[in-house]
Amino acid sequence: MSTTAAAAVDQPLVIGGREFQSRLMVGTGKYADNDTMVRAIDASGAEIVTVAVRRVDLDRTKEEGILFHLDPKKYFLLANTAGCYTAEEAIRYARLAREAGFNEFIKLEVIGDQETLLPDVEGLLESARTLVKEGFHVMAYTNEDLITALKLEDAGCAAIMPLASPIGSGLGLINPYTVRTIKRRLGAPVIVDAGVGTASDACVTMEQGVDGILMNTAIAAAQDPVAMAHAMGRAVEAGRLAYLAGRMPRREIAIPSSPTTGMLD
Amino acid sequence: MPDPITVVVNGQEREFGGEMSLTDLLQALDLDPQAVVVELNKEIVRRPALGDTTVRNGDQVELVHFVGGG
Repeated sequence: MSTTAAAAVDQPLVIGGREFQSRLMVGTGKYADNDTMVRAIDASGAEIVTVAVRRVDLDRTKEEGILFHLDPKKYFLLANTAGCYTAEEAIRYARLAREAGFNEFIKLEVIGDQETLLPDVEGLLESARTLVKEGFHVMAYTNEDLITALKLEDAGCAAIMPLASPIGSGLGLINPYTVRTIKRRLGAPVIVDAGVGTASDACVTMEQGVDGILMNTAIAAAQDPVAMAHAMGRAVEAGRLAYLAGRMPRREIAIPSSPTTGMLD
Repeated sequence: MPDPITVVVNGQEREFGGEMSLTDLLQALDLDPQAVVVELNKEIVRRPALGDTTVRNGDQVELVHFVGGG
Protein backbone atom coordinates (compact mmCIF):
# COMPACT_ATOMS: atom_id res chain seq x y z
CA MET A 1 0.00 0.00 0.00
CA SER A 2 1.30 3.45 -0.89
CA THR A 3 1.24 5.08 2.51
CA THR A 4 4.34 7.07 1.56
CA ALA A 5 2.53 10.11 0.16
CA ALA A 6 0.36 10.44 3.24
CA ALA A 7 3.24 9.66 5.58
CA ALA A 8 5.23 12.58 4.17
CA VAL A 9 2.68 15.12 5.36
CA ASP A 10 0.77 13.25 8.05
CA GLN A 11 1.33 12.01 11.57
CA PRO A 12 0.75 8.36 12.45
CA LEU A 13 -2.58 7.50 13.98
CA VAL A 14 -2.18 6.84 17.71
CA ILE A 15 -4.83 4.85 19.59
CA GLY A 16 -4.32 3.67 23.15
CA GLY A 17 -0.64 4.56 22.94
CA ARG A 18 -0.07 2.47 19.81
CA GLU A 19 0.97 3.92 16.46
CA PHE A 20 -0.67 2.88 13.22
CA GLN A 21 0.32 3.92 9.69
CA SER A 22 -2.92 3.04 7.94
CA ARG A 23 -6.10 4.97 8.67
CA LEU A 24 -8.23 2.26 7.14
CA MET A 25 -9.41 -0.57 9.37
CA VAL A 26 -11.25 -3.53 7.92
CA GLY A 27 -13.57 -6.27 9.10
CA THR A 28 -13.33 -9.96 8.29
CA GLY A 29 -17.03 -10.85 8.08
CA LYS A 30 -19.25 -11.78 5.17
CA TYR A 31 -16.59 -12.79 2.64
CA ALA A 32 -17.54 -15.48 0.14
CA ASP A 33 -14.36 -17.38 1.01
CA ASN A 34 -11.23 -16.99 3.12
CA ASP A 35 -8.86 -16.65 0.19
CA THR A 36 -10.77 -13.59 -1.07
CA MET A 37 -10.77 -12.16 2.45
CA VAL A 38 -7.01 -12.54 2.84
CA ARG A 39 -6.31 -10.96 -0.55
CA ALA A 40 -8.75 -8.11 0.07
CA ILE A 41 -7.27 -7.28 3.48
CA ASP A 42 -3.82 -7.29 1.97
CA ALA A 43 -4.96 -5.02 -0.87
CA SER A 44 -6.57 -2.58 1.57
CA GLY A 45 -3.28 -1.89 3.33
CA ALA A 46 -5.10 -2.02 6.68
CA GLU A 47 -3.19 -2.85 9.85
CA ILE A 48 -6.14 -3.10 12.21
CA VAL A 49 -8.43 -6.01 11.39
CA THR A 50 -11.58 -6.75 13.35
CA VAL A 51 -12.77 -10.17 14.47
CA ALA A 52 -15.76 -11.48 16.41
CA VAL A 53 -15.94 -13.83 19.39
CA ARG A 54 -18.12 -16.89 18.89
CA ARG A 55 -18.54 -20.45 20.09
CA VAL A 56 -16.24 -23.07 18.61
CA ASP A 57 -18.21 -25.44 16.43
CA LEU A 58 -17.79 -28.76 18.22
CA ASP A 59 -18.91 -30.79 15.22
CA ARG A 60 -16.47 -29.07 12.84
CA THR A 61 -19.17 -28.65 10.26
CA LYS A 62 -18.30 -24.97 9.88
CA GLU A 63 -15.00 -23.35 9.02
CA GLU A 64 -11.99 -23.06 11.30
CA GLY A 65 -11.33 -20.03 13.44
CA ILE A 66 -10.22 -16.91 11.62
CA LEU A 67 -6.66 -17.17 12.96
CA PHE A 68 -6.17 -20.17 10.71
CA HIS A 69 -6.21 -17.65 7.84
CA LEU A 70 -4.95 -14.39 9.37
CA ASP A 71 -1.47 -14.04 10.80
CA PRO A 72 -1.74 -12.22 14.15
CA LYS A 73 1.86 -11.09 13.72
CA LYS A 74 1.02 -9.31 10.48
CA TYR A 75 -2.25 -7.68 11.55
CA PHE A 76 -3.41 -5.99 14.72
CA LEU A 77 -6.47 -8.00 15.76
CA LEU A 78 -9.28 -5.88 17.13
CA ALA A 79 -11.98 -8.04 18.69
CA ASN A 80 -15.52 -6.72 18.74
CA THR A 81 -18.58 -7.30 20.89
CA ALA A 82 -20.89 -7.46 17.87
CA GLY A 83 -24.20 -9.12 18.54
CA CYS A 84 -24.33 -7.99 22.18
CA TYR A 85 -27.51 -6.24 23.29
CA THR A 86 -26.67 -5.50 26.94
CA ALA A 87 -23.73 -4.02 28.83
CA GLU A 88 -23.34 -7.29 30.73
CA GLU A 89 -23.08 -9.33 27.53
CA ALA A 90 -20.62 -6.91 25.94
CA ILE A 91 -18.41 -7.01 29.05
CA ARG A 92 -18.45 -10.81 28.99
CA TYR A 93 -17.43 -10.92 25.32
CA ALA A 94 -14.70 -8.30 25.85
CA ARG A 95 -13.17 -10.31 28.70
CA LEU A 96 -13.23 -13.48 26.57
CA ALA A 97 -11.58 -11.61 23.70
CA ARG A 98 -8.82 -10.29 25.94
CA GLU A 99 -8.18 -13.79 27.23
CA ALA A 100 -7.35 -14.89 23.70
CA GLY A 101 -4.15 -13.05 24.47
CA PHE A 102 -3.50 -10.65 21.60
CA ASN A 103 -4.09 -7.19 23.09
CA GLU A 104 -6.18 -5.09 25.45
CA PHE A 105 -8.18 -3.37 22.72
CA ILE A 106 -11.88 -3.95 22.25
CA LYS A 107 -14.29 -2.55 19.68
CA LEU A 108 -17.26 -2.11 21.93
CA GLU A 109 -20.70 -2.52 20.40
CA VAL A 110 -23.91 -2.61 22.39
CA ILE A 111 -26.77 -2.87 19.95
CA GLY A 112 -30.15 -1.41 20.84
CA ASP A 113 -32.34 -2.39 17.91
CA GLN A 114 -32.32 -5.37 15.56
CA GLU A 115 -33.59 -3.60 12.47
CA THR A 116 -31.24 -0.61 12.47
CA LEU A 117 -28.42 -2.05 14.62
CA LEU A 118 -28.19 1.40 16.18
CA PRO A 119 -26.29 1.50 19.46
CA ASP A 120 -27.88 1.43 22.92
CA VAL A 121 -26.03 4.41 24.36
CA GLU A 122 -26.92 3.64 27.99
CA GLY A 123 -25.51 0.11 27.73
CA LEU A 124 -22.58 1.43 25.76
CA LEU A 125 -21.62 4.02 28.38
CA GLU A 126 -22.09 1.59 31.25
CA SER A 127 -19.94 -1.12 29.66
CA ALA A 128 -17.33 1.41 28.47
CA ARG A 129 -16.85 2.69 32.03
CA THR A 130 -16.46 -0.85 33.39
CA LEU A 131 -14.06 -1.98 30.68
CA VAL A 132 -11.87 1.13 30.93
CA LYS A 133 -11.55 0.46 34.68
CA GLU A 134 -10.46 -3.09 33.83
CA GLY A 135 -7.64 -1.72 31.68
CA PHE A 136 -9.18 -2.13 28.24
CA HIS A 137 -8.50 0.30 25.41
CA VAL A 138 -12.13 0.78 24.43
CA MET A 139 -13.01 1.80 20.89
CA ALA A 140 -16.69 2.60 21.14
CA TYR A 141 -19.10 2.18 18.26
CA THR A 142 -21.68 4.92 18.71
CA ASN A 143 -24.17 7.02 16.82
CA GLU A 144 -23.38 10.51 15.55
CA ASP A 145 -24.52 12.21 18.75
CA LEU A 146 -22.00 14.69 20.14
CA ILE A 147 -23.13 14.40 23.76
CA THR A 148 -22.73 10.61 23.79
CA ALA A 149 -19.33 11.00 22.14
CA LEU A 150 -18.26 13.48 24.84
CA LYS A 151 -19.44 11.12 27.58
CA LEU A 152 -17.55 8.22 26.01
CA GLU A 153 -14.40 10.33 25.86
CA ASP A 154 -14.94 11.34 29.48
CA ALA A 155 -15.29 7.64 30.36
CA GLY A 156 -11.76 7.16 29.05
CA CYS A 157 -12.42 5.51 25.69
CA ALA A 158 -9.35 5.21 23.46
CA ALA A 159 -11.34 6.04 20.33
CA ILE A 160 -14.86 7.13 19.52
CA MET A 161 -16.45 5.46 16.52
CA PRO A 162 -19.53 7.26 15.21
CA LEU A 163 -21.38 5.61 12.35
CA ALA A 164 -21.60 7.10 8.87
CA SER A 165 -24.93 5.28 8.45
CA PRO A 166 -26.31 1.97 9.77
CA ILE A 167 -24.07 -1.12 9.77
CA GLY A 168 -24.07 -2.89 6.42
CA SER A 169 -26.33 -0.26 4.79
CA GLY A 170 -23.79 1.25 2.41
CA LEU A 171 -25.68 4.53 2.56
CA GLY A 172 -22.51 6.56 3.03
CA LEU A 173 -21.96 9.56 5.29
CA ILE A 174 -25.48 10.74 6.03
CA ASN A 175 -24.61 13.55 8.40
CA PRO A 176 -21.20 15.11 7.72
CA TYR A 177 -21.93 18.04 10.04
CA THR A 178 -22.38 15.91 13.18
CA VAL A 179 -19.33 13.78 12.46
CA ARG A 180 -17.28 16.94 11.83
CA THR A 181 -18.57 18.43 15.07
CA ILE A 182 -17.63 15.32 17.04
CA LYS A 183 -14.13 15.44 15.56
CA ARG A 184 -13.79 19.15 16.34
CA ARG A 185 -14.90 18.77 19.96
CA LEU A 186 -13.06 15.59 20.94
CA GLY A 187 -9.43 15.06 21.81
CA ALA A 188 -9.68 11.28 21.43
CA PRO A 189 -9.30 9.79 17.94
CA VAL A 190 -12.54 9.66 15.95
CA ILE A 191 -12.87 6.64 13.68
CA VAL A 192 -15.99 6.46 11.53
CA ASP A 193 -17.37 2.93 11.76
CA ALA A 194 -20.08 1.52 9.53
CA GLY A 195 -22.14 2.72 6.60
CA VAL A 196 -19.51 3.49 3.97
CA GLY A 197 -20.62 1.99 0.64
CA THR A 198 -18.02 2.89 -1.95
CA ALA A 199 -14.74 4.77 -2.38
CA SER A 200 -16.29 8.24 -2.69
CA ASP A 201 -18.04 7.72 0.68
CA ALA A 202 -14.70 6.90 2.28
CA CYS A 203 -13.06 9.92 0.70
CA VAL A 204 -15.80 12.36 1.78
CA THR A 205 -15.73 10.88 5.28
CA MET A 206 -11.97 11.38 5.61
CA GLU A 207 -12.34 14.93 4.25
CA GLN A 208 -14.33 15.77 7.39
CA GLY A 209 -11.06 15.48 9.30
CA VAL A 210 -11.75 12.25 11.15
CA ASP A 211 -8.81 10.05 12.09
CA GLY A 212 -9.80 6.90 10.25
CA ILE A 213 -12.54 4.61 8.97
CA LEU A 214 -13.51 1.06 9.81
CA MET A 215 -15.44 -0.83 7.17
CA ASN A 216 -16.40 -4.38 6.34
CA THR A 217 -19.41 -4.88 4.07
CA ALA A 218 -18.35 -2.20 1.56
CA ILE A 219 -15.39 -4.39 0.68
CA ALA A 220 -16.74 -7.88 1.41
CA ALA A 221 -19.99 -7.35 -0.51
CA ALA A 222 -18.43 -5.58 -3.52
CA GLN A 223 -18.58 -7.54 -6.76
CA ASP A 224 -14.78 -7.66 -6.69
CA PRO A 225 -13.74 -7.33 -3.04
CA VAL A 226 -10.00 -7.23 -3.78
CA ALA A 227 -10.39 -4.38 -6.28
CA MET A 228 -12.69 -2.50 -3.90
CA ALA A 229 -10.16 -2.95 -1.09
CA HIS A 230 -7.52 -1.31 -3.31
CA ALA A 231 -9.95 1.52 -4.04
CA MET A 232 -10.78 2.01 -0.36
CA GLY A 233 -7.13 2.18 0.64
CA ARG A 234 -6.58 4.93 -1.92
CA ALA A 235 -9.82 6.75 -1.08
CA VAL A 236 -8.99 6.92 2.61
CA GLU A 237 -5.53 8.23 1.79
CA ALA A 238 -6.89 10.72 -0.78
CA GLY A 239 -9.51 12.00 1.63
CA ARG A 240 -6.95 12.37 4.40
CA LEU A 241 -4.53 14.23 2.14
CA ALA A 242 -7.30 16.51 0.85
CA TYR A 243 -8.30 17.32 4.43
CA LEU A 244 -4.71 18.12 5.36
CA ALA A 245 -4.24 20.15 2.17
CA GLY A 246 -7.30 22.28 2.95
CA ARG A 247 -9.90 22.68 0.24
CA MET A 248 -10.56 25.89 -1.70
CA PRO A 249 -13.47 28.07 -0.61
CA ARG A 250 -16.83 27.34 -2.20
CA ARG A 251 -18.27 30.14 -4.41
CA GLU A 252 -21.69 30.66 -5.93
CA ILE A 253 -20.28 32.35 -9.05
CA ALA A 254 -17.58 31.38 -11.50
CA ILE A 255 -14.09 32.85 -11.51
CA PRO A 256 -12.09 32.24 -14.69
CA SER A 257 -8.96 30.14 -14.37
CA SER A 258 -7.35 31.66 -17.46
CA PRO A 259 -6.27 35.34 -17.79
CA THR A 260 -9.02 37.78 -18.79
CA THR A 261 -6.38 40.08 -20.32
CA GLY A 262 -4.43 39.48 -23.53
CA MET A 263 -7.50 38.50 -25.49
CA LEU A 264 -7.57 39.20 -29.28
CA ASP A 265 -9.52 42.20 -30.59
CA MET B 1 -15.01 -46.86 38.10
CA PRO B 2 -15.72 -43.06 38.21
CA ASP B 3 -19.30 -41.94 37.79
CA PRO B 4 -20.10 -40.64 34.30
CA ILE B 5 -20.87 -36.92 34.10
CA THR B 6 -23.04 -34.77 31.87
CA VAL B 7 -21.60 -31.38 30.92
CA VAL B 8 -23.20 -28.67 28.79
CA VAL B 9 -20.55 -27.63 26.30
CA ASN B 10 -21.45 -24.71 24.02
CA GLY B 11 -25.11 -25.35 24.71
CA GLN B 12 -24.94 -29.09 23.93
CA GLU B 13 -25.23 -31.84 26.56
CA ARG B 14 -22.22 -34.14 26.42
CA GLU B 15 -21.49 -37.30 28.40
CA PHE B 16 -18.01 -38.06 29.72
CA GLY B 17 -16.62 -41.01 31.66
CA GLY B 18 -15.99 -39.05 34.84
CA GLU B 19 -14.73 -35.81 36.37
CA MET B 20 -11.68 -34.49 34.58
CA SER B 21 -9.59 -31.37 34.06
CA LEU B 22 -10.45 -28.76 31.43
CA THR B 23 -7.25 -29.74 29.63
CA ASP B 24 -8.59 -33.30 29.37
CA LEU B 25 -11.96 -32.00 28.21
CA LEU B 26 -10.32 -30.01 25.40
CA GLN B 27 -8.30 -33.05 24.45
CA ALA B 28 -11.44 -35.20 24.40
CA LEU B 29 -13.00 -32.65 22.03
CA ASP B 30 -9.82 -32.52 19.92
CA LEU B 31 -9.31 -28.80 20.56
CA ASP B 32 -6.00 -26.95 20.91
CA PRO B 33 -5.94 -25.07 24.26
CA GLN B 34 -3.97 -22.26 22.58
CA ALA B 35 -6.75 -21.73 20.05
CA VAL B 36 -9.73 -21.39 22.40
CA VAL B 37 -10.81 -19.41 25.43
CA VAL B 38 -12.62 -21.35 28.14
CA GLU B 39 -15.44 -20.26 30.41
CA LEU B 40 -16.56 -22.60 33.20
CA ASN B 41 -19.94 -21.68 34.70
CA LYS B 42 -19.55 -18.14 33.27
CA GLU B 43 -16.09 -17.59 34.78
CA ILE B 44 -13.06 -17.43 32.48
CA VAL B 45 -10.44 -20.04 33.22
CA ARG B 46 -7.01 -18.82 32.14
CA ARG B 47 -4.83 -21.19 30.13
CA PRO B 48 -2.30 -21.95 32.91
CA ALA B 49 -5.18 -23.05 35.18
CA LEU B 50 -6.87 -25.41 32.70
CA GLY B 51 -5.00 -28.46 33.96
CA ASP B 52 -5.90 -27.77 37.61
CA THR B 53 -9.57 -26.99 37.04
CA THR B 54 -11.99 -29.90 37.38
CA VAL B 55 -15.13 -30.31 35.29
CA ARG B 56 -17.99 -31.80 37.30
CA ASN B 57 -21.42 -33.17 36.58
CA GLY B 58 -23.84 -30.38 35.54
CA ASP B 59 -21.13 -27.83 34.73
CA GLN B 60 -21.57 -25.42 31.87
CA VAL B 61 -18.58 -24.90 29.63
CA GLU B 62 -18.22 -22.33 26.85
CA LEU B 63 -15.41 -22.66 24.33
CA VAL B 64 -14.94 -19.61 22.09
CA HIS B 65 -12.56 -18.40 19.44
CA PHE B 66 -12.29 -15.60 16.88
CA VAL B 67 -14.35 -15.72 13.71
CA GLY B 68 -14.89 -13.25 10.88
CA GLY B 69 -16.67 -10.06 11.92
CA GLY B 70 -16.82 -6.32 11.40
